[in-house]
Amino acid sequence: MNLEYLWGGFAVALTFQNLAIGFIGCFIGTMVGALPAIGPINGIALLLPIAYTMGLPPESTMILLASIYCGAEYGGRISSILLNVPGDAGAVMTALDGYPLARQGRAGEALMLSGIASFVGGMIGATGLALFAPLLASLATGFGPAEYFVLMVFAFATLGSMVGNQPVKTLIGCTLGLMLATVGLDATSGAYRFTFNEPELGDGIEFVVLVIGLFSISEALLILEHQASGLTVIRQLGRMFVRADDIRKSIGTTLRSSVIGFIVGVLPGTGASVSSAIAYTTAKRLSDTEGTFGKGDMRGLAAPEAANNATACGAFVPMLTLGVPGSGTTAVMLGALMLYNIQPGPMLLTERPEIVGGLVASLFIGNILLLILNLPLVNLFARVLTVPNWLLVPGILVLSIVGVYSTHASGFSVLLMLAIGMVGWLLRKLGFDMAPIILGFVLGHVMEINLRNALAISGGDVSILFQSKISLVLWVLAAGMAVLPLVLARRAKKRLKVAAPA
Amino acid sequence: MMKLKTGALVAGILLAALAGGNAAAEPTKPECLAGAKPGGGFDLTCRLAANSLLEAKLISKPMAVTYMEGGVGAVAYNHVIGKRGSDGNLITAASSGSALLIAQGKFGQYDETAVRWLGALGADYGVLVVAADSPIKTLGELVEAYKADPSSFAIAGGGAVGSQDWMKGAILAKAAGQDPKAMRYVALEGGGAVLTALEGGHVKVGAGDAAEMAKHHVAGKVRILAVMSKERLPGELAEVPTAKEQGIDIEWPVWRGYYVGKNVSDADYNWWVDTFKKLVETPEFKKERETRGLYEYTLIGKAFDDQVKTDVGRFKVLAKEAGM
Repeated sequence: MNLEYLWGGFAVALTFQNLAIGFIGCFIGTMVGALPAIGPINGIALLLPIAYTMGLPPESTMILLASIYCGAEYGGRISSILLNVPGDAGAVMTALDGYPLARQGRAGEALMLSGIASFVGGMIGATGLALFAPLLASLATGFGPAEYFVLMVFAFATLGSMVGNQPVKTLIGCTLGLMLATVGLDATSGAYRFTFNEPELGDGIEFVVLVIGLFSISEALLILEHQASGLTVIRQLGRMFVRADDIRKSIGTTLRSSVIGFIVGVLPGTGASVSSAIAYTTAKRLSDTEGTFGKGDMRGLAAPEAANNATACGAFVPMLTLGVPGSGTTAVMLGALMLYNIQPGPMLLTERPEIVGGLVASLFIGNILLLILNLPLVNLFARVLTVPNWLLVPGILVLSIVGVYSTHASGFSVLLMLAIGMVGWLLRKLGFDMAPIILGFVLGHVMEINLRNALAISGGDVSILFQSKISLVLWVLAAGMAVLPLVLARRAKKRLKVAAPA
Repeated sequence: MMKLKTGALVAGILLAALAGGNAAAEPTKPECLAGAKPGGGFDLTCRLAANSLLEAKLISKPMAVTYMEGGVGAVAYNHVIGKRGSDGNLITAASSGSALLIAQGKFGQYDETAVRWLGALGADYGVLVVAADSPIKTLGELVEAYKADPSSFAIAGGGAVGSQDWMKGAILAKAAGQDPKAMRYVALEGGGAVLTALEGGHVKVGAGDAAEMAKHHVAGKVRILAVMSKERLPGELAEVPTAKEQGIDIEWPVWRGYYVGKNVSDADYNWWVDTFKKLVETPEFKKERETRGLYEYTLIGKAFDDQVKTDVGRFKVLAKEAGM
C-alpha cells in the first residue's frame, strides 16, 4: 500500500503555522464541544469564513476545521459528566455513566479516563483513515459525469438511514436544500434562475451564508428562547488521577468501541450519536455482569467516548475519497473545499495529496495535542460551562455577522444570512433537522451539474447513466441503502412481536 | 463614505496644488477591484497592475487588491457604477469575458457605456485541444470529423453556456457548417476539469486558454490543435499553428484590462492612461506579464474604449447566431 501521501502530509501538518493552527483548532473545538448549546458544526461554521478571509491555504483551513471537529468530540464529554447535559450529539451516552460518577465525587477520574478513551478512539480512527483512504481512492479512475451523478444518487440513498425516525422531515429538508441549490447561474443553459435580477444572487446562495444562517443564527435564537435551565454544575472534581485498576478494566471495551466507532463512521449517513449508542449497548451486553452500568461504571464511560472519536475520523473516509459527506459537519467541510475551488471527489487524493495527507496527519497530531490539553487543563474547560447566555448569544451573533461580512464585504449577504437564520429557527421549532438541508444543498449542486453534463455528452440518451461498471455497482449499492432501513425496521418489529408473548 | 470624501478632498487639494503643472495627481489610495475570489483571472489582472506599477515606481504607495465575487464580475460592475462612479483611486479588472457577458445583457441593466474603459495590458488566446491519444491531428481534421458525425462530439469548456469557452465551441460548430445550438456542450468548472474530462475520454474536444493548456500540451497530456491568435504565439507554443493558418478565420484574444467609473474626472482618467503608457515600456512590467502567463496585447485609453465597444457589438451578433 502506498502511504507516501501520509508522510508528505506530516511534512505539511508539522510546519509551525499548521501546528499552531491545529493547536488553536483543538482548543476551540474542546470549548465548543463543552458548551452544551453549540456543537462542532457551529464551531466550524463560525470559523470557516474567518479562516478563508485570513487567506489561509486550503490545507491549513482543513486542518483547522478537522481539529475543531475532533476537539468537540473530546469536549462533549465534559458537560455530559459535570452537567448531565451532552455537549454534542456524540456525548449523549457519556452522561449515562459519567454523571453518576461525578455525583459520587469521582468527576476528576471520570474526566481523565474518558480523555484517555477518547485518545485511543481517535488514534485508532486516524490509523484506519490513513490505511483506508488510498484503498478507496484507487477505485477513483474512470469517474465521469455519469458516474458522479450515480454516486450522488447513492449519497442521497444513504440519507434514508440518517435521522431515521422522521423520514418525511428528512426528505423535506433535503428537498429544501436541493431547491436552494438551483438559485443562480445555470451553467448548462447560461440562464439566471431565481435571482430576481439581484446580481449578488448570480452565483447562487453562498455556502457560508447558508451554513451560518441555518446553524449559528438559529442556534442563538433557540438558546435565547430556552433561557432558564436551572442546571447545576458539579464543582467538586475530586481525585484527578485515574486508578490503574479502572484503566485495566476498560482496555478491552475501549479497543472494541474504537473499532465499532470507526466502521460506523465510514458508513455515510451515520454519525457519532449512532456509534456511541452501539458501542455503549455492546459494552453493556458483554461486560455488565454486576449491573453497574448506568450507575457509574468506568467501562460505560470509556465505550461511547472511544467510539465517538473514532467515528469522527471514520467520517472523513467517504468525504475525502468519494466527496460524499457522511454528516452535517463533513458536509460543511466539503463546502469549505469548494470555497477554494477544489472539487472534492475520487480525484482529490491524486490531485491534492497535500490536503488529504495534511488532514490525516493533523488528526494524529491533533489527538496528541488534545490529550495534552484535556488532561491537565480540564479544569479550565469545565469553567466554560459557566459562561452565561447573555454573553454567549451576542458572541455567536457577532462572530456570525463578522464572518459573513468579511468573506463577501456585502450587506446583502448579512441580511440574507439573518433571514435564513429566522427560517432555520422556525424549521427547528417544527422539529426539522438542519443537516439534511445542507446535504441537499451541497450534493444537489454537484448532482444537477453532472446529470446535465452526462446528458449533454450522450445527447439526451439516459442509458449513459447505466453504461459503466462503476455506475452499475453504485446503482445496486444505492438501492440497497434505500431498502436497508426498511428491512431493519421490519426485523426489529418482528423481534418485538416474538419477544412480547414470552 | 467618510474616508472616500476625505480621499477626494485630499486629491482635490493635491490637484489644486499642481494646477500650474502639467501632470495630474497620483491617486492617494490606489486600489484594484477583482470581481471574483482570490486566485482567478481577475485577481491575476489586478496583481499584474499592482505589482508592476509599484516595482516600476510609478506609484509610491502599494496598490490594494480587493475582491468582490459574484456573477463573473457582474456584482463588481454594478458596485462600481452604483457606488464608486467618481472614485479616481479605483480601477477594476475586466476581460473579454466581461464584454461577452455585457453583450448578452448579463451584467444587469447596464451596458458597456456605463463605465470608462481604461486599457488592456495583456492577453491570453483561445485554444482547441484534444486528448493526447486522439486520432485527430489538425484543426482541419477536427472540422471534417465534426461534420461527419456532430452528435458524437461532446465539447467541454471551463465555463457556462454563453461563456468564452462555449463561444469557441460554437465557432467550431459553425466552421463545420453545423448548427451551434445543437452542439453538445459540457459546462465544467475551470480548465482543470476540462483536462480530466479529456483524459478520461468523457469528451472529445476541449475549449480553453493557451497559457493554461500550454503546460499540459508540453507535458504530453493534451494536444493543442490551434491557437486563436493573429500570429503564432512565442515560446512553448511556437510549433502550434493558428486557426487562420488552417483555413478557419477565427481569432479569440482573451484580453485582460481595466475600467474606471463613469464620472471619474478627466484628470484622473488621463493620469491612469499616461501611467499605463509608461508602464508597458518598463522591463518590470514585461517581466511581470511573462510570469503571469500573458502575451503582449496593449491597448490604452481611447483605442481600448473603442475596442471594447466594437467587441460588444461583435459578440452580440455572434451570441445571436449561436442561439443565445
